[in-house]
Amino acid sequence: MNAIPLEHVLIFASILFSIGFIGVIVRKNTLFMLMSLEVMLNSVGVAFIGAGSAWQQADGQVMFILILTLAASEVAVGLALLIQMHRRFKSLNIDKLNRMRG
Amino acid sequence: MIDSYGFFESPTLALLPFYPLISFLLLIVFAKRLSWLQVSFLSIGAIAISALSSLVMLYQLQTQELQIITVKLWSWFSVGHAEVNISFYLDALSSVMIMVVSGIGLLIHIYAAFYMKTDENFSRFMAYMNLFIVAMLILVLADNLVLLYLGWEGVGLCSFLLIGFWYQEKANVLAARKAFIVTRIGDTAMAIGLLMLFNTLGVFNIVDVNQTAQNSWQAGNDSAYWIALLLLGGAVGKSAQLPLQTWLPDAMAGPTPVSALIHAATMVTAGVYLIARMNGIFLLAPEVMQYVAWLGAFTLLLAGIAALVQTDIKRVLAYSTMSQIGYMMLALGAGAWSAGVFHLMTHAFFKALLFLTAGSVILALHHQQNLFKMGGLFKKLPIETALFFIGLICLLALPGTSGFFSKEAIITELWSSPTAGAGLWWCAIIGALLTSIYSCRLFFLAFLGQSRKEVHNTDGIGDELSRLRFPLIILALLSLFGGLISLDLSSVFITNTSIIEHSKEPRWLHPVAIITPFIGIVFSWFYFKRYRQNTGIPIVESQTALVQFCRNGLGFDSLFDLFIVRPYCWLAKVNRRDIVDQVIMLNAWYISLWNDVLSTMQNGKLRWYAAALGLGVVCFAAALLGGNG
Amino acid sequence: MNSIMSSGINIELFFYLAAVMAIIASIKVISAHNTVHALLYLVLSLLAVAVCFYLMGAPFAAGLEVIVYAGAIVVLFVFAVMMFGLGTDETLNAPQIRGLSIWTGPILLATALLVELIYIISHSGLQKQLSIDVVDAKQVGILLYGPYLLAVEIASFLLLAGLLAGYHYAKPEEQGGHL
Repeated sequence: MNAIPLEHVLIFASILFSIGFIGVIVRKNTLFMLMSLEVMLNSVGVAFIGAGSAWQQADGQVMFILILTLAASEVAVGLALLIQMHRRFKSLNIDKLNRMRG
Repeated sequence: MIDSYGFFESPTLALLPFYPLISFLLLIVFAKRLSWLQVSFLSIGAIAISALSSLVMLYQLQTQELQIITVKLWSWFSVGHAEVNISFYLDALSSVMIMVVSGIGLLIHIYAAFYMKTDENFSRFMAYMNLFIVAMLILVLADNLVLLYLGWEGVGLCSFLLIGFWYQEKANVLAARKAFIVTRIGDTAMAIGLLMLFNTLGVFNIVDVNQTAQNSWQAGNDSAYWIALLLLGGAVGKSAQLPLQTWLPDAMAGPTPVSALIHAATMVTAGVYLIARMNGIFLLAPEVMQYVAWLGAFTLLLAGIAALVQTDIKRVLAYSTMSQIGYMMLALGAGAWSAGVFHLMTHAFFKALLFLTAGSVILALHHQQNLFKMGGLFKKLPIETALFFIGLICLLALPGTSGFFSKEAIITELWSSPTAGAGLWWCAIIGALLTSIYSCRLFFLAFLGQSRKEVHNTDGIGDELSRLRFPLIILALLSLFGGLISLDLSSVFITNTSIIEHSKEPRWLHPVAIITPFIGIVFSWFYFKRYRQNTGIPIVESQTALVQFCRNGLGFDSLFDLFIVRPYCWLAKVNRRDIVDQVIMLNAWYISLWNDVLSTMQNGKLRWYAAALGLGVVCFAAALLGGNG
Repeated sequence: MNSIMSSGINIELFFYLAAVMAIIASIKVISAHNTVHALLYLVLSLLAVAVCFYLMGAPFAAGLEVIVYAGAIVVLFVFAVMMFGLGTDETLNAPQIRGLSIWTGPILLATALLVELIYIISHSGLQKQLSIDVVDAKQVGILLYGPYLLAVEIASFLLLAGLLAGYHYAKPEEQGGHL
């Protein structure tokens, strides 16, 4: 049965992606940047699942699982770095990390 | 040695202008290390050799049947088919010129050696004078127009250097600058004319130009008209005629020998020479010849009026020069070529005499130049008075003097000339009247009457003055008897297109012309009675508005100031930041704008880089969509 | 037929509702001031997305989303925030929002991206050939232990690396936890 059209799913994923993208650029707090990154990863997952269900293949869900794994490890490392940053700079403002300028 | 034209070639001619050049170089290099004697010998010796060479050339010229001698020194450059060489061309006209230049130049150099003896920059002075002679000789000997222009510019340069010789005084420098700029305007016109000539005829060689013009153009040709007009512009600038005459009175700021050499005898006659040399072109443009004649006439009258009210002795003589050159222009415009050149020669004699004698007077009075502070010099400086008197009677063209022969030669040609006419004849007569009046005024104020200034008559001055007299006496003899030199310029000037008919003239022309100076003398005798008499009444110069106006050169300076100088200065002030430069700086501004943008983007902030990534993706996708869609 | 159709319509309706909720929650995530509030909104967003997965016929993915994403990852966030006091200085680091000026650029950029993506998607002509059915856990498992075995192993490496890194960097300074 034709339930949800693939275009709609993909549009939904795109909207979530854009929102996450805005969040990455706008927010100065590194924690919020990480959260926005999570939103973006999530949206990619939506796209994969949608594609998988549209073509009636399990590959979409497999990709989603891999993305999930990726997100988990990324959050772990990211939070650890966040803690280091907090220790050194006493703040979470990402604009303080600008020594790679020029 | 015969060259391609069949003319005789002469090595003497080749070296003629270069003796003073060598002397110039030596004097400039060894300026302060030479003594007065050495400098004088060097500079005067060089001119003497040139003068001797000129005599030799004159003799050689007589022996040639074609009356032409040329020599090619080297090849300068070539433009298309036209070759421009450093080569000299001697015919009757240039032989007259080189005799005048080197002969008068020699006498003036001798005078200057004594006059400027105590000046600390003596060697520089003599060096510049020598350089001037070089440039002038090149000008008159040039066989092509480019070399002539070289000489032209050279004399302009030397004029600038010599007018501003005492450069520590700001007024002198300003006068030099004014002279240079005003003549520059003429020079530009002349350059355009020369280039137009080349453009239409394709040759630079003067002989070729005249011949080709005669062959290809009819009288009244359009190109001939414009070229002649432009050449006239050049001549007007250099010879201080209307409207470019304002520089000559101010040029009297230079030392007196300079005024005598450059601004009386030689440089200011370069314009006359140019027109005479290019007579082939001018004959093809009769309207321009009329302009020449009328310009000459107006300058004649204007300068005469201005000379009537001057207070400085040298300025009177400057305006007198302007006026006499007006006579020469009048002659050329009327087609009396030989007469004009003859007057050039005699004028050189007596004007140099006048200027140098005035120099002696000024020296004797400790550099006092104001006429109203002189007077009664007849008793204190009798010889100078006599010399000045001789010069003046030549200027007046009293019968028997050289001036008489040349001026009469001009005036007789005016009435029947196709390009001149009765009106110009009357202008010439009135001019002669004015000449006599201002000359008498000058003489009375300076030499007669009561003495308003003590002549400092120590032995030093007496000795100095006597040394200066030697060249003056020679000049006086030339002025008196130079009229007997007959110039045969018929080989130079083609007269088949302008034969002046004398048979239809009224009978009274000639007598009136002869009597005119005497009328002037009689008038001045009575009008300027208080100047020449030894009354106790002090004389002051008149200060009415009209007199002031005439004294300032009839307002030409103010006119030029109002219409040319002020707008130009205003424009320069408005354009202080230089619009063109700003437009070009837009380029730099644009690039520095991008520099700012890019360096702001490289600020090390992660969010900016993420945004840049996103921007890149957007642009890329847009490109793809645009390509496919 | 009617029930199928109506259930089809119901499925679509619920999907759109859940999608809208996910979107609103995501917007709140990125614009919240308080860290913990943002995290809770994130949880909400993830749960809404799980509903979407379920309605798309991928129940296994829905379950994983809840358990792993919302249950583990977000909890990790919360622990980090709580234990290391990372939420306390949030107010200091709040973006100085002078009106909406700081949002305009990124919004424009993201909107452009969105528009492009939507355009690309909607002009592909996919939907004509598709029908939908449930893809259950069994199929996923077979695939995981079949063709994607290598990927699973590498994923486990990744997790190991993440574990080690996280442990090392989060150690206190005295015990050698430095970069």
